[in-house]
Amino acid sequence: MQSRSDYTPSEMMITAAARALKNDDVCFVGIGMPSAACNLARLTHAPDITLIYESGTIGTKPQVLPLSIGDPELCETALTTVSVPEMFAYWLQGGRFTVGFLGAAQIDRFGNINTTIIGPYERPKVRLPGGGGAPEIASSCREVFVIVSQTQRSFVPRVEFITSFGFGNGGDHRQRLGLSTLGPSLVVTDLCLMRPDAETKEFVVTSIHAGVTRDDITARTGWPVRFSGDVTQTPPPEADELRVLRDLIARSPRGGGTS
Amino acid sequence: MTKAVRFLSLADAIGECVRDGDTVAMEGFTHLIPFAAGHEVIRQGKRSLTLVRMTPDLIYDQLIGMGCARKLIFSWGGNPGVGSLHRLRDAVENGWPNPLEIEEHSHAGVAAAYAAGAAGLPLAVLRGYVGTDLPRVNSNIRFIDDPFTGERLAAIPSLRPDVSVIHAQRADRAGNVLLEGIVGVQKEAVLAAKRAVVTVEEIVPDLRPPSPNSVVLPRWTIDAIVEAPGGAKPSYAHGYYKRDNAFYAAWDAISRDRSTFLDWMRTHVLERGSESHAVQI
Repeated sequence: MQSRSDYTPSEMMITAAARALKNDDVCFVGIGMPSAACNLARLTHAPDITLIYESGTIGTKPQVLPLSIGDPELCETALTTVSVPEMFAYWLQGGRFTVGFLGAAQIDRFGNINTTIIGPYERPKVRLPGGGGAPEIASSCREVFVIVSQTQRSFVPRVEFITSFGFGNGGDHRQRLGLSTLGPSLVVTDLCLMRPDAETKEFVVTSIHAGVTRDDITARTGWPVRFSGDVTQTPPPEADELRVLRDLIARSPRGGGTS
Repeated sequence: MTKAVRFLSLADAIGECVRDGDTVAMEGFTHLIPFAAGHEVIRQGKRSLTLVRMTPDLIYDQLIGMGCARKLIFSWGGNPGVGSLHRLRDAVENGWPNPLEIEEHSHAGVAAAYAAGAAGLPLAVLRGYVGTDLPRVNSNIRFIDDPFTGERLAAIPSLRPDVSVIHAQRADRAGNVLLEGIVGVQKEAVLAAKRAVVTVEEIVPDLRPPSPNSVVLPRWTIDAIVEAPGGAKPSYAHGYYKRDNAFYAAWDAISRDRSTFLDWMRTHVLERGSESHAVQI
């Protein structure tokens, strides 16, 4: 067991995210922290997991974390590489992913994600990169995991722009739009794990990382965050998880975009 | 429609095939981005272009910052693994150097729109955009009912660029083109366009045994081929050279400031001839 001084909040977050993945998952991998978490899972408890990046690389086993979704490493270590239209049409829209793993600039209490704009669309305060693959990853993968550092600015009551739909206004909003997938089922932050309430679909804290207090979480959430009745403590990273993660980041260009 | 492919200089290929006001797609998904061709478009001072690209990347940041673009059709506009495209942001947020109209999609949408364009269809249909705010800001995203099942599906106009520009590993002397590795959306972009320009790393007697996932474009689908070794730098050409990740990181500081950006473009693009394909930092 590691003590809290032996690892960073970011390492806790990536490790907790990796643990959510299973050996038989087929995972659509976002770049940056999702990519770190997915490859940590592959290099520890889930050696047979299928990782797929939107550049068309299927079953890729990169030895270094890619800086972009189209780095040569992904193609060279893939089972096969398909075109981008094929990736989105046959593989994503075709319903072949068990998990989509996304990052976020801004997420709200119902798991909607904004990566498009801060301020009015016509007169933006900050123009963010936009949706990329995420809008359809969010709707077509069986479930979605999100990894994002927790701040008042990133955890808002309501996103200004829905780039990727979570539970909309909550409740049965997904079903009313005809979406048959589960939507976001887990949000992993540097403080805690959150899961949607079964009825309202509001994200509630279900596990708190070691050394973090409820007040810390409340202070860094933009809505009056609730805690599950049976909230647990997240097990700290194991020594071998930390070793594998640190090796992976150290040998990757710019840490694979995790910093 | 068959075409009579020609081997041209970069200056002639861009001069003849890219016209002011055109809708231009320069594709390559992280890999094989046609930078040399983009720089020639900048040198020739093309104007009022509608630029189409899934990931605008540095190449469109440069074209937008140099005032070539009137409109951008895209789906993800960042510097991969680094952060913002500052010239794109400056155009959208402040209208510099000129206002830029944007038409914003998801990757699934743009990929489907290219495929529909290649197939000669007027629209693409996909199960997409559900619940997102993109249809609210983009009137080219609409919804239709499947006449067979009644399912509500997204519809967007197909993409049919006036000209598509790609970079490939090699062409044979007859003008057939091969690309391999991450092949992106280039086949669709070429087949969807009225005119197609391909820059290549090398021209070879024959294409050699292609790898399992290679894409071969027959010579009669292409208008102009340009031998431009290093023409995808600072992106990469699988089997030829690696992605220059350090340059992608350095671009953040170069592009953040207008005058630093203009100085860099003057030194590395405007004052260089079209024969110097691979831009060095």
